[in-house]
Amino acid sequence: MRRLVIVDISVRLIFHAVLVISVYLLLAGHNQPGGGFVGGLLVGAAIAMRYAAGGIDEVRFISRFAPWTILGAGLLLASVTAAIPLALGHNVLEGSIATWDLPAVGEVKVTSALAFDSGVYLLVVGLVLMVFEAFGDDPELDQGEGSRA
Amino acid sequence: MARLGGVLDGGVVQERVSWVPELGIELHFRLDGFAAVMALIVAGVGVAVFAYAGEYFRAGGASVGRLAGLLTLFAGSMFGVVVADDLLVLYTCWELTSITSYLLIGNQHTDAKARAAALHALMVTGAGGLAMLGGFVLVGQAAGTYQLSEILADPPSGTKVTAGLVLILLGVFTKSAQYPFHGWLPGAMAASTPVSAYLHSATMVKAGVYLLARLAPAFATLGFWRPLVLGVGLVTMVGGGLRALRQHDLKLLLAYGTVSQLGLLTVLLGAGTEATVAAGVELLVAHAAFKGALFMVVGMLERRLGTRDLRMLPPLGPEWRSVKVLLVISAASMAGLPLAAGFIAKEAAYTSLYEGGFGGSAAVLVGAVVGSALTVAYSARLVWGVLVAPRREGWDPNRLAPSRRFTAPALALMGISVLFGLVPGLGDGIVTAADRSLVPGAEAVELAIWHGFNVPLLLTGVTFALGAVLVWRRREVAGALAAGQRVPSSSDAYFALLRALNTLSDRVTGLTQSGSLSVYAGVILLTSVVLPAVVLVREVSWPGWPELVSVPAHVPVAAVLIGAAMASAAIRRRLSAVLFLGVVGYGMAGLFVVQGAPDLALTQVAIETLSTVLFVLVLRHFPDRFEPRSTNRRRVVRVAISTTVAGTIFAFALLAGSSRTVEPIADEMIDRAQPEGNGNNVVNVILVDFRGFDTLGEITVLASAAIGMVALARAGRGAPRSQRRAEWAEAER
Repeated sequence: MRRLVIVDISVRLIFHAVLVISVYLLLAGHNQPGGGFVGGLLVGAAIAMRYAAGGIDEVRFISRFAPWTILGAGLLLASVTAAIPLALGHNVLEGSIATWDLPAVGEVKVTSALAFDSGVYLLVVGLVLMVFEAFGDDPELDQGEGSRA
Repeated sequence: MARLGGVLDGGVVQERVSWVPELGIELHFRLDGFAAVMALIVAGVGVAVFAYAGEYFRAGGASVGRLAGLLTLFAGSMFGVVVADDLLVLYTCWELTSITSYLLIGNQHTDAKARAAALHALMVTGAGGLAMLGGFVLVGQAAGTYQLSEILADPPSGTKVTAGLVLILLGVFTKSAQYPFHGWLPGAMAASTPVSAYLHSATMVKAGVYLLARLAPAFATLGFWRPLVLGVGLVTMVGGGLRALRQHDLKLLLAYGTVSQLGLLTVLLGAGTEATVAAGVELLVAHAAFKGALFMVVGMLERRLGTRDLRMLPPLGPEWRSVKVLLVISAASMAGLPLAAGFIAKEAAYTSLYEGGFGGSAAVLVGAVVGSALTVAYSARLVWGVLVAPRREGWDPNRLAPSRRFTAPALALMGISVLFGLVPGLGDGIVTAADRSLVPGAEAVELAIWHGFNVPLLLTGVTFALGAVLVWRRREVAGALAAGQRVPSSSDAYFALLRALNTLSDRVTGLTQSGSLSVYAGVILLTSVVLPAVVLVREVSWPGWPELVSVPAHVPVAAVLIGAAMASAAIRRRLSAVLFLGVVGYGMAGLFVVQGAPDLALTQVAIETLSTVLFVLVLRHFPDRFEPRSTNRRRVVRVAISTTVAGTIFAFALLAGSSRTVEPIADEMIDRAQPEGNGNNVVNVILVDFRGFDTLGEITVLASAAIGMVALARAGRGAPRSQRRAEWAEAER
């Protein structure tokens, strides 16, 4: 695959900015437009850019965890968040909130829903990575596996 | 065990644990006299079988551990059957024995025959079990309780109860291998011999007669009961005996013998009078002892000599003396010769049937004599075939004689046969207790060898004489039996049924699953619009056109939407069609923005971007253009379906908003979002809080879909995948 330097470099520059935005969407999601799902999809779009620039190897380069590990971690996080209130004698997914007064930052509110939403976020990211893992090989390379490596 | 003394005196031990309180199902266990007898059989033969299996499987092997575990589970579930007092708990344990027996019979899973036999057993007993569950529900609802002891104390009646009882009897007959469902039992000898010994003597098949014995005293007076149960039992007894006479395989001979004995048990326990039930209990004990021992003998022959074919056995030398003794005495008990437990049981059976107490008992008695004569004949065939007939020379089996540890469990079982045969009075207490727990107020049973000259003794004599004639004229008998080969067996019927089912499902699949994507899509789309369309036409009146353009920006967005949608439908190149679809998506996002829903628009844009990328990825594997246009007729159909669907959805969207009758839930959600969900973004609060459980379900589906997708896409790319996995494993480290 022929790679264009300008595309390559600019994608890498943009990529991390997009990641930051996606995390912002995740954190702000409870009060402003955003949320774990949208955040995850945004990461997905960023991954698609990396794929367009450098193919499946570029996508694999993003994370040192396997896609299914991320997917599973997300599902686990969401399930555990859902189950913890149950263990404490509340209803499934019953929300709780913690407020801290941090110096220099001000008041920080953290809800248990954020943990759940983070699970959704991770799951969507894992899903997108798996899509590329499943369909993302270059067809020419598929024919001659030996030529890779 | 500690409370056995109390049980023998007529006491009852009960345990209750609430299991499914919503359905009122309790783990209700009840140990009375009969349950104690059954439990002792299950446990006693179980110990012997385990000791025997230890020697049988001395060489070990990968599957022995699994076999031991399954055997324990098998014994446990059988124990559950005999002590359960709640019908549904009994059913659960009953099915557990079916499942474990399936696994046990098919334990040699590399053997296709064993797998088929296991499936046969599971299908037949499972089908019977299902019928029985239906029967339990019918009877339980009629009685107002699922507690067996209460139902029996106050038996319900009526048409529903009759239907329920017939269904339960179906379950009993399949489990206890009665005609015409007996086919699975001879097949089940594909299991290793210790399993067969247990399955034939103490568990599984005895579950059926156990339940029969429980029900019979309460329901035997119903009109249909005795003709049905006794008829089936007699046919089974005689049919099994005839087939046993024809076998050369020792295990098959014994298996058909079991079928025959089960027939007699069904007759005795199913007749449901005080005396027949007592005789049935005696026969249960005697049968467990001699059948267990005989199977163990066959196992020893098979293990040491490598064959269990009557025609292949070598003459056995003096080293085999203990095996010979085992064989002769256990077979004598099976034939009902004096001084063995079988004699006491058979005598009691004749007496009880002779005294009768119900219509047609004389005919039943004649049938029992014929069946017993056959039993004598095949017992003789067994002994003769192993000890006298063998002529095969050329090798010395003496050094192969089984060790003492191998024979000890069988000898213990034989000891029971001898003990109860010589000193029948030992069994008085336990048989009385069992009889009384089944037939309340039954008289004490007194067992004895010698009852004086009476009709039962005469009948015993007739039985032996008939049996002797059968042995004496065995060549003629064999000739007559050969004709029986042509009678279709129950296994043939089973396999024919199975084949017919396969053919039927093939046809149905062929009819419904055409494999054409456009047919599937058409059916799905039409189905999804038919119901709304019917409701729309019948229920909803036309509210008039809503305001079509409220904001000027609607016009260009709508123009883009419509144009792109039509283009994507008309265009021939796949990639361009997908890109136009993407334009439609972005147009929707624009519409959301105009309507003031930035959140939705954001999500829509992200999804649209990703799905376009995904489409492009997948489309690389497809031809560039859609397939050539189809025939005109097909196109007409397609266009008709499309316009119907589009029209319905359009009308639905127009009408749904205006026909609201209930206060929208959205307002409440908006009001509650901040105080209860601590968030201002209502959509997000709904997703992660109000409807969080839905979301959890959805992401679970998403995760499974992702796994399935990768599995499908990667299927058939063997080597690179493992290579890739290795790469991942490395990367994760």
